[in-house]
Amino acid sequence: MANYGTNEFKGGLKIMLDGDPHSIVSNEFVKPGKGQAFARTRVRNLKTGRVVERTFKSGESVESADVMDTAMQFLYSDGEYWHFMNPETFEQLAADKTAVADAYLWLMDEAMCEVTLYNGQPLAVTPPNFVEMTIKETDPGLRGDTATGGTKPAHMESGAVVKVPLFIEEGEKIKIDTRSGEYVSRVK
Amino acid sequence: MEAREILEVCTPILSRHATTDPHVPSVCTTNERYLHTSPEFPMKRLLAAHAEAADVQVQPDIYQIAPVFRAGEYGTYHNPEFTLLEWYRVGMDHRALMDDTLQLLQHIWQTFDRPWQDAQICRYGVEVQARLGCWPEQATVEIIQAYFDQASRSFPSAIATDLDAALDLFMDEFVLPEFPPDSFTILKDYPESQAALSRLGIDEDRRCVAERFEVYYGSLELGNGFHELTDPLEQRQRFEDDLRKRKTLGEPSMPMDTLLLDALMAGMPECAGIALGLNRLQMALGGYDSIKQVLSFDDQRA
Repeated sequence: MANYGTNEFKGGLKIMLDGDPHSIVSNEFVKPGKGQAFARTRVRNLKTGRVVERTFKSGESVESADVMDTAMQFLYSDGEYWHFMNPETFEQLAADKTAVADAYLWLMDEAMCEVTLYNGQPLAVTPPNFVEMTIKETDPGLRGDTATGGTKPAHMESGAVVKVPLFIEEGEKIKIDTRSGEYVSRVK
Repeated sequence: MEAREILEVCTPILSRHATTDPHVPSVCTTNERYLHTSPEFPMKRLLAAHAEAADVQVQPDIYQIAPVFRAGEYGTYHNPEFTLLEWYRVGMDHRALMDDTLQLLQHIWQTFDRPWQDAQICRYGVEVQARLGCWPEQATVEIIQAYFDQASRSFPSAIATDLDAALDLFMDEFVLPEFPPDSFTILKDYPESQAALSRLGIDEDRRCVAERFEVYYGSLELGNGFHELTDPLEQRQRFEDDLRKRKTLGEPSMPMDTLLLDALMAGMPECAGIALGLNRLQMALGGYDSIKQVLSFDDQRA
Protein backbone atom coordinates (compact mmCIF):
# COMPACT_ATOMS: atom_id res chain seq x y z
CA MET A 1 0.00 0.00 0.00
CA ALA A 2 1.30 3.45 -0.92
CA ASN A 3 2.04 6.10 1.70
CA TYR A 4 1.67 9.85 1.39
CA GLY A 5 3.99 12.35 3.10
CA THR A 6 2.52 15.57 4.51
CA ASN A 7 4.11 17.48 1.62
CA GLU A 8 1.83 15.55 -0.77
CA PHE A 9 -1.35 16.48 1.13
CA LYS A 10 -4.00 18.25 -0.90
CA GLY A 11 -7.78 18.45 -1.13
CA GLY A 12 -9.36 15.21 -2.35
CA LEU A 13 -6.46 12.91 -1.31
CA LYS A 14 -7.80 9.65 0.17
CA ILE A 15 -6.00 8.44 3.29
CA MET A 16 -6.51 5.88 6.06
CA LEU A 17 -6.96 7.25 9.60
CA ASP A 18 -7.94 5.17 12.63
CA GLY A 19 -8.83 2.29 10.30
CA ASP A 20 -11.33 4.28 8.22
CA PRO A 21 -10.90 5.82 4.77
CA HIS A 22 -10.88 9.63 4.84
CA SER A 23 -10.75 12.33 2.21
CA ILE A 24 -8.69 15.48 2.83
CA VAL A 25 -10.99 18.52 2.64
CA SER A 26 -8.35 21.20 3.25
CA ASN A 27 -4.71 21.38 4.27
CA GLU A 28 -2.85 24.30 5.85
CA PHE A 29 0.95 24.53 6.18
CA VAL A 30 1.77 25.77 9.69
CA LYS A 31 5.30 26.73 10.68
CA PRO A 32 6.97 29.21 12.98
CA GLY A 33 10.09 30.80 11.40
CA LYS A 34 12.32 28.82 13.72
CA GLY A 35 10.45 25.71 14.73
CA GLN A 36 8.60 22.55 13.81
CA ALA A 37 6.33 22.54 10.74
CA PHE A 38 2.85 20.98 10.82
CA ALA A 39 0.07 20.15 8.38
CA ARG A 40 -3.30 21.18 9.82
CA THR A 41 -5.98 19.37 7.85
CA ARG A 42 -9.73 18.94 7.79
CA VAL A 43 -10.63 15.39 6.83
CA ARG A 44 -13.94 13.73 5.96
CA ASN A 45 -14.59 10.19 7.18
CA LEU A 46 -15.90 8.51 4.04
CA LYS A 47 -17.90 5.97 6.05
CA THR A 48 -19.71 8.38 8.34
CA GLY A 49 -19.40 11.66 6.41
CA ARG A 50 -18.12 13.41 9.54
CA VAL A 51 -15.54 16.17 9.05
CA VAL A 52 -12.90 16.64 11.76
CA GLU A 53 -9.67 18.60 12.20
CA ARG A 54 -6.48 16.60 12.24
CA THR A 55 -2.95 17.96 12.66
CA PHE A 56 0.16 16.12 11.47
CA LYS A 57 3.82 16.74 12.16
CA SER A 58 5.56 17.65 8.92
CA GLY A 59 7.31 14.62 7.46
CA GLU A 60 4.82 12.12 8.90
CA SER A 61 3.51 9.65 6.38
CA VAL A 62 0.00 8.27 6.16
CA GLU A 63 -1.28 5.16 4.41
CA SER A 64 -3.30 5.81 1.27
CA ALA A 65 -6.90 4.59 1.20
CA ASP A 66 -7.79 2.22 -1.62
CA VAL A 67 -10.78 4.32 -2.64
CA MET A 68 -11.96 4.58 -6.24
CA ASP A 69 -14.84 6.42 -7.89
CA THR A 70 -16.39 4.23 -10.61
CA ALA A 71 -19.19 5.03 -13.03
CA MET A 72 -21.88 2.33 -12.63
CA GLN A 73 -25.38 1.78 -13.88
CA PHE A 74 -28.24 1.36 -11.38
CA LEU A 75 -30.16 -1.88 -12.05
CA TYR A 76 -32.77 -2.42 -9.34
CA SER A 77 -33.42 -2.47 -5.61
CA ASP A 78 -34.63 -5.54 -3.74
CA GLY A 79 -35.61 -3.47 -0.72
CA GLU A 80 -32.46 -4.31 1.20
CA TYR A 81 -29.75 -3.78 -1.41
CA TRP A 82 -29.36 -1.56 -4.43
CA HIS A 83 -27.75 -3.34 -7.36
CA PHE A 84 -25.30 -1.69 -9.77
CA MET A 85 -23.43 -2.85 -12.84
CA ASN A 86 -20.16 -1.76 -14.37
CA PRO A 87 -21.18 -1.19 -18.01
CA GLU A 88 -17.70 -2.11 -19.29
CA THR A 89 -16.98 -5.29 -17.33
CA PHE A 90 -20.66 -6.19 -16.62
CA GLU A 91 -19.53 -6.84 -13.06
CA GLN A 92 -22.39 -6.40 -10.57
CA LEU A 93 -22.30 -5.02 -7.04
CA ALA A 94 -24.83 -4.60 -4.24
CA ALA A 95 -24.75 -1.47 -2.08
CA ASP A 96 -26.41 -1.43 1.34
CA LYS A 97 -28.51 1.31 2.95
CA THR A 98 -25.49 2.99 4.62
CA ALA A 99 -23.67 3.35 1.31
CA VAL A 100 -26.73 4.50 -0.64
CA ALA A 101 -27.93 6.88 2.11
CA ASP A 102 -30.23 9.56 0.63
CA ALA A 103 -29.18 8.77 -2.94
CA TYR A 104 -32.04 6.19 -3.15
CA LEU A 105 -34.47 9.07 -3.70
CA TRP A 106 -32.93 9.73 -7.11
CA LEU A 107 -32.12 6.21 -8.29
CA MET A 108 -33.97 5.43 -11.50
CA ASP A 109 -33.57 2.35 -13.62
CA GLU A 110 -30.41 2.49 -15.75
CA ALA A 111 -29.25 5.81 -14.23
CA MET A 112 -25.47 6.21 -14.42
CA CYS A 113 -24.20 6.82 -10.89
CA GLU A 114 -20.79 7.34 -9.33
CA VAL A 115 -20.10 4.52 -6.90
CA THR A 116 -17.21 5.06 -4.47
CA LEU A 117 -15.49 1.74 -3.89
CA TYR A 118 -13.31 1.01 -0.87
CA ASN A 119 -11.42 -2.29 -1.06
CA GLY A 120 -13.81 -3.19 -3.88
CA GLN A 121 -16.93 -2.62 -1.73
CA PRO A 122 -19.41 0.25 -2.29
CA LEU A 123 -18.85 3.02 0.25
CA ALA A 124 -21.03 5.74 -1.19
CA VAL A 125 -23.34 6.31 -4.15
CA THR A 126 -23.62 9.66 -5.95
CA PRO A 127 -26.63 9.94 -8.30
CA PRO A 128 -26.43 11.84 -11.61
CA ASN A 129 -26.57 15.63 -11.10
CA PHE A 130 -29.87 15.78 -13.01
CA VAL A 131 -32.66 13.20 -13.18
CA GLU A 132 -36.05 13.17 -14.91
CA MET A 133 -38.97 11.82 -12.88
CA THR A 134 -42.71 11.49 -13.21
CA ILE A 135 -44.96 13.08 -10.58
CA LYS A 136 -47.06 10.49 -8.78
CA GLU A 137 -49.15 12.84 -6.71
CA THR A 138 -49.65 16.59 -6.32
CA ASP A 139 -52.47 19.10 -5.84
CA PRO A 140 -54.36 19.96 -9.06
CA GLY A 141 -52.56 22.48 -11.24
CA LEU A 142 -53.65 26.10 -11.45
CA ARG A 143 -54.00 26.51 -15.22
CA GLY A 144 -52.34 29.59 -16.57
CA ASP A 145 -50.61 30.48 -13.31
CA THR A 146 -47.05 30.89 -14.51
CA ALA A 147 -46.34 34.23 -12.93
CA THR A 148 -47.01 34.19 -9.19
CA GLY A 149 -43.94 32.12 -8.36
CA GLY A 150 -45.73 30.00 -5.76
CA THR A 151 -44.81 26.34 -5.20
CA LYS A 152 -46.48 23.16 -3.95
CA PRO A 153 -45.09 19.77 -2.89
CA ALA A 154 -45.02 16.99 -5.49
CA HIS A 155 -44.47 13.32 -4.59
CA MET A 156 -42.31 11.16 -6.87
CA GLU A 157 -42.47 7.38 -7.36
CA SER A 158 -39.16 7.06 -5.49
CA GLY A 159 -40.57 8.73 -2.38
CA ALA A 160 -38.80 12.04 -3.01
CA VAL A 161 -40.80 15.21 -2.41
CA VAL A 162 -39.94 18.17 -4.67
CA LYS A 163 -41.30 21.70 -4.58
CA VAL A 164 -42.77 22.45 -8.02
CA PRO A 165 -44.50 25.52 -9.54
CA LEU A 166 -48.31 25.65 -9.16
CA PHE A 167 -49.03 24.95 -12.85
CA ILE A 168 -47.39 21.47 -12.81
CA GLU A 169 -49.85 18.54 -13.07
CA GLU A 170 -49.86 15.00 -11.74
CA GLY A 171 -48.31 12.55 -14.22
CA GLU A 172 -46.01 15.19 -15.72
CA LYS A 173 -42.30 14.52 -16.14
CA ILE A 174 -39.92 17.02 -14.51
CA LYS A 175 -36.15 17.58 -14.37
CA ILE A 176 -34.58 17.74 -10.87
CA ASP A 177 -31.14 18.80 -9.63
CA THR A 178 -30.21 15.99 -7.22
CA ARG A 179 -27.53 18.10 -5.45
CA SER A 180 -30.10 20.56 -4.15
CA GLY A 181 -33.25 18.46 -4.60
CA GLU A 182 -34.77 21.36 -6.54
CA TYR A 183 -37.10 21.42 -9.56
CA VAL A 184 -35.36 22.62 -12.73
CA SER A 185 -37.93 22.43 -15.55
CA ARG A 186 -40.76 20.52 -17.17
CA VAL A 187 -39.73 17.76 -19.60
CA LYS A 188 -41.84 17.80 -22.78
CA MET B 1 17.90 53.20 7.24
CA GLU B 2 19.66 56.21 5.76
CA ALA B 3 18.27 58.50 8.45
CA ARG B 4 19.70 56.16 11.10
CA GLU B 5 23.02 55.91 9.24
CA ILE B 6 22.65 52.18 8.71
CA LEU B 7 24.84 51.10 5.82
CA GLU B 8 23.45 48.92 3.06
CA VAL B 9 25.50 45.80 2.34
CA CYS B 10 25.33 42.96 -0.14
CA THR B 11 26.48 39.42 0.67
CA PRO B 12 26.51 36.14 -1.33
CA ILE B 13 23.24 34.32 -1.86
CA LEU B 14 25.08 31.15 -2.87
CA SER B 15 27.32 29.70 -0.16
CA ARG B 16 29.54 26.74 0.72
CA HIS B 17 28.00 26.69 4.18
CA ALA B 18 24.43 26.45 5.37
CA THR B 19 22.37 26.90 8.48
CA THR B 20 22.41 23.93 10.82
CA ASP B 21 19.02 24.87 12.34
CA PRO B 22 17.06 21.58 12.21
CA HIS B 23 13.85 23.37 11.22
CA VAL B 24 15.27 25.67 8.54
CA PRO B 25 15.66 23.61 5.34
CA SER B 26 18.22 24.90 2.84
CA VAL B 27 17.94 24.57 -0.93
CA CYS B 28 21.02 22.64 -2.07
CA THR B 29 22.37 23.22 -5.57
CA THR B 30 23.98 20.57 -7.77
CA ASN B 31 27.56 21.73 -7.12
CA GLU B 32 27.50 21.46 -3.33
CA ARG B 33 26.48 25.04 -2.72
CA TYR B 34 23.47 26.24 -0.74
CA LEU B 35 21.08 29.14 -1.30
CA HIS B 36 21.08 31.19 1.90
CA THR B 37 18.06 30.98 4.21
CA SER B 38 19.01 34.40 5.64
CA PRO B 39 22.05 36.67 5.13
CA GLU B 40 22.91 36.38 8.83
CA PHE B 41 26.30 34.64 8.75
CA PRO B 42 28.08 36.80 6.17
CA MET B 43 26.57 39.98 7.68
CA LYS B 44 28.04 39.00 11.05
CA ARG B 45 31.36 38.35 9.34
CA LEU B 46 31.24 41.88 7.94
CA LEU B 47 30.67 43.26 11.46
CA ALA B 48 33.67 41.30 12.71
CA ALA B 49 35.84 42.37 9.74
CA HIS B 50 35.06 46.04 10.40
CA ALA B 51 35.89 45.65 14.06
CA GLU B 52 39.25 44.16 13.11
CA ALA B 53 40.21 46.84 10.62
CA ALA B 54 42.47 49.25 12.56
CA ASP B 55 41.79 52.32 10.43
CA VAL B 56 38.01 52.22 10.93
CA GLN B 57 36.96 54.90 13.39
CA VAL B 58 33.24 54.15 13.60
CA GLN B 59 31.70 50.71 13.62
CA PRO B 60 28.77 51.02 11.18
CA ASP B 61 25.39 49.41 11.61
CA ILE B 62 24.41 47.40 8.53
CA TYR B 63 21.27 46.28 6.69
CA GLN B 64 20.40 44.23 3.66
CA ILE B 65 17.29 43.40 1.62
CA ALA B 66 17.74 39.99 0.03
CA PRO B 67 15.79 37.14 -1.50
CA VAL B 68 16.10 34.06 0.75
CA PHE B 69 15.13 30.42 0.28
CA ARG B 70 13.55 27.74 2.50
CA ALA B 71 13.08 24.38 0.80
CA GLY B 72 9.54 23.05 0.71
CA GLU B 73 7.86 25.82 2.71
CA TYR B 74 4.65 26.56 0.84
CA GLY B 75 1.24 27.63 2.07
CA THR B 76 -1.00 30.58 2.82
CA TYR B 77 1.82 32.41 4.60
CA HIS B 78 4.87 30.66 3.10
CA ASN B 79 6.70 30.61 -0.20
CA PRO B 80 10.08 28.86 -0.68
CA GLU B 81 11.51 32.13 -2.03
CA PHE B 82 10.73 35.30 -0.14
CA THR B 83 12.38 38.60 0.79
CA LEU B 84 13.99 39.52 4.10
CA LEU B 85 15.02 42.88 5.48
CA GLU B 86 17.77 42.14 7.97
CA TRP B 87 19.67 44.67 10.06
CA TYR B 88 22.27 44.74 12.84
CA ARG B 89 22.71 47.45 15.46
CA VAL B 90 26.10 47.55 17.16
CA GLY B 91 26.00 48.10 20.91
CA MET B 92 22.25 47.46 21.15
CA ASP B 93 20.67 44.64 23.10
CA HIS B 94 17.36 42.95 22.21
CA ARG B 95 15.33 45.49 24.23
CA ALA B 96 16.75 48.46 22.34
CA LEU B 97 16.27 46.59 19.06
CA MET B 98 12.56 46.01 19.87
CA ASP B 99 12.12 49.81 20.13
CA ASP B 100 14.18 50.30 16.96
CA THR B 101 11.96 47.80 15.11
CA LEU B 102 8.70 49.32 16.36
CA GLN B 103 9.93 52.78 15.33
CA LEU B 104 10.54 51.51 11.79
CA LEU B 105 7.11 49.86 11.67
CA GLN B 106 5.43 52.99 13.02
CA HIS B 107 7.22 55.06 10.38
CA ILE B 108 5.99 52.71 7.63
CA TRP B 109 2.44 52.66 9.00
CA GLN B 110 2.31 56.43 9.18
CA THR B 111 3.82 56.81 5.72
CA PHE B 112 0.93 54.75 4.37
CA ASP B 113 -1.69 56.51 6.57
CA ARG B 114 -2.47 53.38 8.51
CA PRO B 115 -3.73 53.82 12.08
CA TRP B 116 -1.00 53.06 14.60
CA GLN B 117 -1.65 51.38 17.93
CA ASP B 118 1.08 50.85 20.48
CA ALA B 119 2.45 47.32 20.40
CA GLN B 120 1.61 44.82 23.08
CA ILE B 121 4.61 43.13 24.70
CA CYS B 122 4.16 39.49 25.80
CA ARG B 123 6.55 37.12 27.50
CA TYR B 124 6.67 33.58 26.15
CA GLY B 125 6.95 31.99 29.60
CA VAL B 126 4.07 34.00 31.05
CA GLU B 127 1.77 33.04 28.15
CA VAL B 128 2.57 29.36 28.74
CA GLN B 129 2.29 29.67 32.53
CA ALA B 130 -1.13 31.36 32.27
CA ARG B 131 -2.56 28.41 30.33
CA LEU B 132 -0.61 25.34 31.40
CA GLY B 133 0.13 26.38 34.99
CA CYS B 134 3.87 25.80 34.53
CA TRP B 135 6.84 27.48 32.82
CA PRO B 136 7.76 26.16 29.38
CA GLU B 137 10.95 24.53 30.68
CA GLN B 138 8.87 22.60 33.25
CA ALA B 139 6.22 21.54 30.73
CA THR B 140 6.12 18.05 29.28
CA VAL B 141 4.60 16.73 26.08
CA GLU B 142 1.99 14.93 28.25
CA ILE B 143 0.89 18.19 29.94
CA ILE B 144 0.58 19.91 26.56
CA GLN B 145 -1.24 16.97 24.99
CA ALA B 146 -3.73 16.93 27.90
CA TYR B 147 -4.41 20.63 27.25
CA PHE B 148 -5.13 19.88 23.58
CA ASP B 149 -7.39 16.96 24.51
CA GLN B 150 -9.35 19.14 26.93
CA ALA B 151 -9.87 21.74 24.20
CA SER B 152 -10.81 18.97 21.71
CA ARG B 153 -7.95 19.99 19.42
CA SER B 154 -5.94 17.54 17.38
CA PHE B 155 -2.45 16.76 18.70
CA PRO B 156 -0.13 14.72 16.43
CA SER B 157 1.17 11.60 18.16
CA ALA B 158 4.32 11.86 15.98
CA ILE B 159 5.50 14.70 18.25
CA ALA B 160 6.51 11.87 20.61
CA THR B 161 8.91 13.42 23.17
CA ASP B 162 9.81 16.59 21.24
CA LEU B 163 8.87 19.28 23.80
CA ASP B 164 9.85 22.20 21.55
CA ALA B 165 7.62 20.87 18.74
CA ALA B 166 4.74 20.55 21.23
CA LEU B 167 5.36 24.13 22.43
CA ASP B 168 5.46 25.38 18.81
CA LEU B 169 2.03 23.89 18.11
CA PHE B 170 0.68 25.06 21.48
CA MET B 171 1.70 28.66 20.73
CA ASP B 172 0.15 28.46 17.26
CA GLU B 173 -3.15 26.98 18.48
CA PHE B 174 -3.74 28.85 21.71
CA VAL B 175 -1.51 31.91 22.11
CA LEU B 176 -1.06 33.58 18.70
CA PRO B 177 -4.80 33.62 17.87
CA GLU B 178 -5.37 35.76 20.97
CA PHE B 179 -3.01 38.54 19.89
CA PRO B 180 -5.00 41.72 19.01
CA PRO B 181 -5.87 41.44 15.31
CA ASP B 182 -4.91 44.82 13.81
CA SER B 183 -1.84 45.79 15.77
CA PHE B 184 1.67 44.61 16.59
CA THR B 185 2.63 42.23 19.36
CA ILE B 186 6.15 41.44 20.47
CA LEU B 187 6.70 38.02 21.99
CA LYS B 188 9.94 37.94 23.97
CA ASP B 189 12.02 35.83 26.36
CA TYR B 190 11.92 32.52 24.50
CA PRO B 191 12.75 29.29 26.33
CA GLU B 192 16.47 28.51 26.54
CA SER B 193 15.91 25.47 24.25
CA GLN B 194 14.74 27.84 21.48
CA ALA B 195 17.59 30.35 21.73
CA ALA B 196 18.76 29.65 18.14
CA LEU B 197 21.51 32.29 17.68
CA SER B 198 20.64 34.53 20.62
CA ARG B 199 22.48 34.81 23.88
CA LEU B 200 21.01 33.62 27.16
CA GLY B 201 19.99 35.98 29.94
CA ILE B 202 17.93 36.24 33.12
CA ASP B 203 14.35 37.53 33.02
CA GLU B 204 12.44 39.46 35.72
CA ASP B 205 11.43 36.16 37.38
CA ARG B 206 15.10 35.16 37.53
CA ARG B 207 14.60 32.40 34.98
CA CYS B 208 17.16 31.65 32.32
CA VAL B 209 15.67 32.70 28.95
CA ALA B 210 16.85 33.37 25.42
CA GLU B 211 17.33 37.06 24.59
CA ARG B 212 15.21 36.57 21.51
CA PHE B 213 11.94 38.15 20.37
CA GLU B 214 9.48 37.89 17.53
CA VAL B 215 7.22 40.58 16.03
CA TYR B 216 3.64 39.71 15.06
CA TYR B 217 0.95 41.65 13.27
CA GLY B 218 -2.21 40.03 14.60
CA SER B 219 -1.17 36.37 14.65
CA LEU B 220 1.10 36.72 11.60
CA GLU B 221 4.79 36.33 12.40
CA LEU B 222 6.78 39.12 10.73
CA GLY B 223 10.25 38.98 12.18
CA ASN B 224 12.70 37.41 14.57
CA GLY B 225 15.31 39.35 16.56
CA PHE B 226 18.27 38.36 18.71
CA HIS B 227 20.67 39.86 21.15
CA GLU B 228 23.39 38.14 19.16
CA LEU B 229 25.57 35.39 20.50
CA THR B 230 29.22 36.46 20.14
CA ASP B 231 30.96 33.59 21.98
CA PRO B 232 32.64 31.36 19.34
CA LEU B 233 32.78 28.30 21.59
CA GLU B 234 29.11 28.45 22.49
CA GLN B 235 28.28 29.08 18.82
CA ARG B 236 30.20 25.95 17.78
CA GLN B 237 28.44 23.99 20.53
CA ARG B 238 25.02 25.11 19.20
CA PHE B 239 25.97 24.16 15.62
CA GLU B 240 26.96 20.72 16.89
CA ASP B 241 23.77 20.35 18.96
CA ASP B 242 21.77 21.31 15.84
CA LEU B 243 23.53 18.66 13.76
CA ARG B 244 22.84 16.03 16.43
CA LYS B 245 19.16 17.00 16.45
CA ARG B 246 19.12 16.84 12.64
CA LYS B 247 20.42 13.28 12.87
CA THR B 248 17.68 12.34 15.39
CA LEU B 249 15.01 13.86 13.14
CA GLY B 250 16.40 12.16 10.04
CA GLU B 251 17.22 15.52 8.44
CA PRO B 252 20.34 15.85 6.25
CA SER B 253 23.55 17.09 7.87
CA MET B 254 24.76 20.57 6.85
CA PRO B 255 28.26 22.05 6.52
CA MET B 256 28.44 24.43 9.52
CA ASP B 257 29.78 27.89 8.75
CA THR B 258 33.35 27.63 10.01
CA LEU B 259 34.11 31.05 8.51
CA LEU B 260 31.54 32.55 10.90
CA LEU B 261 33.22 30.71 13.77
CA ASP B 262 36.60 32.16 12.69
CA ALA B 263 35.06 35.64 12.58
CA LEU B 264 33.58 35.24 16.08
CA MET B 265 37.00 34.06 17.25
CA ALA B 266 38.58 37.24 15.83
CA GLY B 267 35.86 39.21 17.61
CA MET B 268 32.42 40.42 16.65
CA PRO B 269 31.10 43.55 18.41
CA GLU B 270 28.21 43.19 20.82
CA CYS B 271 25.08 43.75 18.76
CA ALA B 272 21.45 42.91 18.17
CA GLY B 273 19.98 41.88 14.80
CA ILE B 274 16.60 41.19 13.28
CA ALA B 275 15.15 39.77 10.07
CA LEU B 276 11.73 41.02 8.90
CA GLY B 277 9.78 39.21 6.20
CA LEU B 278 8.96 41.93 3.70
CA ASN B 279 6.25 39.98 1.86
CA ARG B 280 4.37 39.44 5.09
CA LEU B 281 4.88 43.07 6.01
CA GLN B 282 3.21 43.92 2.69
CA MET B 283 0.37 41.52 3.56
CA ALA B 284 -0.14 43.25 6.91
CA LEU B 285 0.05 46.70 5.36
CA GLY B 286 -2.35 45.93 2.52
CA GLY B 287 -4.71 43.65 4.48
CA TYR B 288 -4.03 40.61 2.27
CA ASP B 289 -4.94 37.06 3.39
CA SER B 290 -2.37 35.12 1.41
CA ILE B 291 1.28 35.61 0.50
CA LYS B 292 0.33 34.78 -3.11
CA GLN B 293 -1.43 38.14 -3.28
CA VAL B 294 1.85 40.01 -2.77
CA LEU B 295 4.02 37.87 -5.09
CA SER B 296 4.18 38.23 -8.86
CA PHE B 297 4.26 34.44 -9.27
CA ASP B 298 4.23 32.05 -6.31
CA ASP B 299 6.18 28.78 -6.20
CA GLN B 300 3.47 26.81 -8.04
CA ARG B 301 3.63 29.26 -10.95
CA ALA B 302 7.32 30.21 -10.85
